[in-house]
Amino acid sequence: MRPRILARASVVSALATTFIFGSAASALACGGLVAPNGTISLLRTTTLAAYHNGIEHYLTSFSYAGKVDGSLGSITPLPGVPTKVIKGGDWTLQRLVQEVQPPVVERAVFAASAGAVAEDATVLLRAKVDALDITVLKGGAVAVGNWARERGFFLPPDAPEVLDFYAQRSPIFMATRFNAARAAEQGLGEGEGTPVHVVIPTPNPWVPLRILSLGRQPTDLVQADVFLLTDRAPATLPIAEASNGDLDQRGIVLERSEQASGSLMNDLRSDQRSRWIPNGGMWFTYLKIDARAGDLTHDLAIDASGYGHPDPIAAGYQPATVTLPVGSADAARTLVWLGMGIAIVAVLARWRIQRSGAAITR
Amino acid sequence: MKRGVAVVAACAALLAAAGLTVAATAAPDNPSKTVTVTIHFSRFDLTSLQVSPGETVRFVVINQDPIDHEFLVGDAAMQTRHEKGTEPVHGTRPGEISVPAGATVETMFTFPAQLDPGWEFACHAPGHFAYGMHGPITLG
Repeated sequence: MRPRILARASVVSALATTFIFGSAASALACGGLVAPNGTISLLRTTTLAAYHNGIEHYLTSFSYAGKVDGSLGSITPLPGVPTKVIKGGDWTLQRLVQEVQPPVVERAVFAASAGAVAEDATVLLRAKVDALDITVLKGGAVAVGNWARERGFFLPPDAPEVLDFYAQRSPIFMATRFNAARAAEQGLGEGEGTPVHVVIPTPNPWVPLRILSLGRQPTDLVQADVFLLTDRAPATLPIAEASNGDLDQRGIVLERSEQASGSLMNDLRSDQRSRWIPNGGMWFTYLKIDARAGDLTHDLAIDASGYGHPDPIAAGYQPATVTLPVGSADAARTLVWLGMGIAIVAVLARWRIQRSGAAITR
Repeated sequence: MKRGVAVVAACAALLAAAGLTVAATAAPDNPSKTVTVTIHFSRFDLTSLQVSPGETVRFVVINQDPIDHEFLVGDAAMQTRHEKGTEPVHGTRPGEISVPAGATVETMFTFPAQLDPGWEFACHAPGHFAYGMHGPITLG
């Protein structure tokens, strides 16, 4: 099975996309390009978010292509402080892709688009995974932006707003830099992915999606594959659309939602660095994201508790703009009745307190 | 006496002409107004600007972002040149400044008596113009 899995590695790379930060050396302040001559480009990533026993396991893969003569990196927002960042299973992501893409189905061409006063950011953790230098940071948008800029990351013009969008909810970021010299020493081939496994204890798992639109034009298509493994069937916000079978269906499309098969779980656990995956009893979800960058203004909140209430704040929606599941007129009436009910309870409570106070006085 | 007055008047006229020439090539120290521009989330808080013919304006540009920006005032040809240009740093010419992350930078610029269509203030850091960091300048 392994050769077949490895053969699909390129498919994985072509399917998923990610955010791009170029190197400062490649960015002239006046009309230059992020990657001059197109010699450096970050390809894409694909993601597994597994949630079990209050811990989110975030597994993603970084691939680079082109002649890399400088540094290249990316920043990933995280829902909490990770306890460790280690190399992920070599072919776990590929096996997941295989699960949702039977061998008879081949897609010849994949249209992945290429790719105040601030306190200092605090470095919480450093790790090296193959040719990647990884730093976990805590800080506000300006602090993290300054940290990245001072270390040679090129931040596109939408970076200040996007970093702020995340820092408002979770000021934890993972900065990843590609070390070309180490890649050469280690003999890493062009386009070869490096899986990174981030272990994050959190009561409120979410998967960053808006970051995928960073540096893109609003009309650019963002494509990504997100796999979820949870104890129960998860509820997500935004709610994924049911698949209509059209390969070009736009939005966040729910392609699979089913009990994870025994063969899948066994295969995943047989990957040397994926023994953390539970033995069985997991729910498997596959979300295919094909959205315009301008429409990707949110993240994916996950409620795997079975209560079906994903957190709108975790999804990046402002509370005031959360769409209620009823018509606007009904919603307004509901709010009025709710407000009146709260007011009546408050008046009754006050009346009882006053009565009991008067009785004690007497 | 009359001749003396004429000489003084001629000298005054020459000095005035010289002054105007200097004003056209280098910003004087006495701007007629100050325009403060704040950059936040890679957007100018100034959507457009109206100036008087020949007016000297002092620009105070405040960059609240953690990324570097530019503030360049000029006609369409100048903006095109900078969009394709290779100057990583600005500051030697009036009306052309780099505004580093978190910094406040000033520049003065004297506008000509006539402005052709296409005069703008803009940032030409990679991708910033396309992101919307520019606005028109007209006579008003």
